[in-house]
Amino acid sequence: MAFFLARRLVQAVLILLGVAAITFLLLYFLPADPAVLIAGRSATPQMVAAIRHELGLDQPLVMQFLRYVGNLLHGDLGRSYTQKTEVLPLILARLPATLVLMAAGIVVEVALGLTFGIIAAVRRGGFIDRSVMMLSFVGVSSPQFVVALLLLYVFAATLGWFPMSGFGTARHVVLPALTLGVLGAGWYARMVRSAMIEVLRQDYVRTAHAKGLSGRRVVLGHALPNALLPIIAMVGIDIGQFMSGVVVVEAVYGWPGIGQLAWQAIQQVDVPIIMGVTLVSALAIVLGNLLADFVAPFVDPRIRSQ
Amino acid sequence: MRVLRELIRRPSALFGLIVVVLVLLAAIFAPWIAHFSPDDQLADGLSLEGAPLPPGGGHLFGTDTLGRDLFARVLFGARTSLIIGLVANGVAVAIGLLVGLLAGYLRGAAGNLLMRFTDLMMAFPALLLAIALAALLKPSLWIVAMVIALVNWVQVARIVYTETRGLVERDFIVAERSLGAGNGRIILLHILPHLMPTAIVWGTLGIATTVLLEATLSFLGIGVQPPQPSWGNIIFESQSYFQDAPWLVFIPGAIILATALSFNLIGDALRDILDPTQRGRL
Repeated sequence: MAFFLARRLVQAVLILLGVAAITFLLLYFLPADPAVLIAGRSATPQMVAAIRHELGLDQPLVMQFLRYVGNLLHGDLGRSYTQKTEVLPLILARLPATLVLMAAGIVVEVALGLTFGIIAAVRRGGFIDRSVMMLSFVGVSSPQFVVALLLLYVFAATLGWFPMSGFGTARHVVLPALTLGVLGAGWYARMVRSAMIEVLRQDYVRTAHAKGLSGRRVVLGHALPNALLPIIAMVGIDIGQFMSGVVVVEAVYGWPGIGQLAWQAIQQVDVPIIMGVTLVSALAIVLGNLLADFVAPFVDPRIRSQ
Repeated sequence: MRVLRELIRRPSALFGLIVVVLVLLAAIFAPWIAHFSPDDQLADGLSLEGAPLPPGGGHLFGTDTLGRDLFARVLFGARTSLIIGLVANGVAVAIGLLVGLLAGYLRGAAGNLLMRFTDLMMAFPALLLAIALAALLKPSLWIVAMVIALVNWVQVARIVYTETRGLVERDFIVAERSLGAGNGRIILLHILPHLMPTAIVWGTLGIATTVLLEATLSFLGIGVQPPQPSWGNIIFESQSYFQDAPWLVFIPGAIILATALSFNLIGDALRDILDPTQRGRL
């Protein structure tokens, strides 16, 4: 098992290196010249050349890439074109707000997804199952920004239960978290349902029923722990979907996290910030996958013995 | 024909088919259906106070903040969304098929490299990668389609890879090879036909993802650029008025939802029909 985990760790590092290579190439083949963007409109050709030299843009591709990776390892994600500061501190300052939002969203998603996924699997083919499947389709087909605006319209503008936008109190987090969580819950319920169906038809579940255990104990105590494994394995994809959703949701609700930072950067074509947020998100996904690999042996003893 | 009959027998798939056909007709016949041009800022398109007109009266969906007929914009927006949906997803499925098939068939170093690259692409959040790409390039209809294709092929490649791996091991492929068939013949005549159900299912499900991604990119201001209407940028242009003129946001929003839902329902039904072993899963 230690060997397996070590291999996963190496793979994660390689993937991160690949992620850096892709963002680097995107920047390298950028039609706009970063030196021109940084220098501003009134710059002379000499000033642009000086900046280009300072950034190392006049060096060969490989040298530039090594320098880029070296900078990343030092936490240097480049400088924002518009804010004239380092990108990393900008992202770090915004990160806590995003983490709060994601945590709240994940709570909603997992609570709804687990509950309805389990019910749907147990009562397969029944009314609840069909409703859950249908609603989950509506969930994955819903444009997040429209749902966000709809919740604002109904619960903030019309009913006045929640503030329109901003950050600070618990009431501010409700609508953004619901937008992220409810839409994700449909997808999540499907995952839980299919994992549970797989487990529920195994012999040991039948044995547990035959022993006379209550349905609740069989489902929650015997079946669910084994169904958790495929669900945990999805955590990387889950984080990815959340990171994408965060941009839209933070833009609509004026939530001061990295999604809003990216959104503002889009409006100003501030490429280093966009790239920085992309890199941080990719890092989160890779770490999420790694975490799933490390948690799996604790959930399932069969993996431990391998 | 059998597939179509089976689709019609399922209420959810039938609903999907009806909506898709309606949207398709709206897109094709937009100039003949609409009474107004989508770009005309009508003299009587705003109230005396300068506010957009609510739905009803002379304007089925009302007018937008510039006094343009919303119904006309939505109709022409259907063209944008469908073109992007079909083109972007078509390209994505083609890339996914190619990469997945080659990786699964070749295996070895080349196959490994292709799959590692696919894994790498999985590490990016799709929307953020699309945002990064779209922000770097000057967005236009075709650029947006390409950006979406470059982001969306990954899932298809993974599934095609798994299926190809399974197929290559099967006896009929081994038999074919021992009879002296070349790689090209085996891939084109014996593996590709078996991948068609997957391609068709993802060709449908993917359109839903694509329509949503296009709408999201346009909503963020890096998709199709106004004045060319797309369902996403109609909402983008009027989002700050959603309290006073909710129809400007929620009519196109409902249409995006209905369209994406319909493609998802059809795709899901197709998966059941074309691949009975998958029935009831996911």
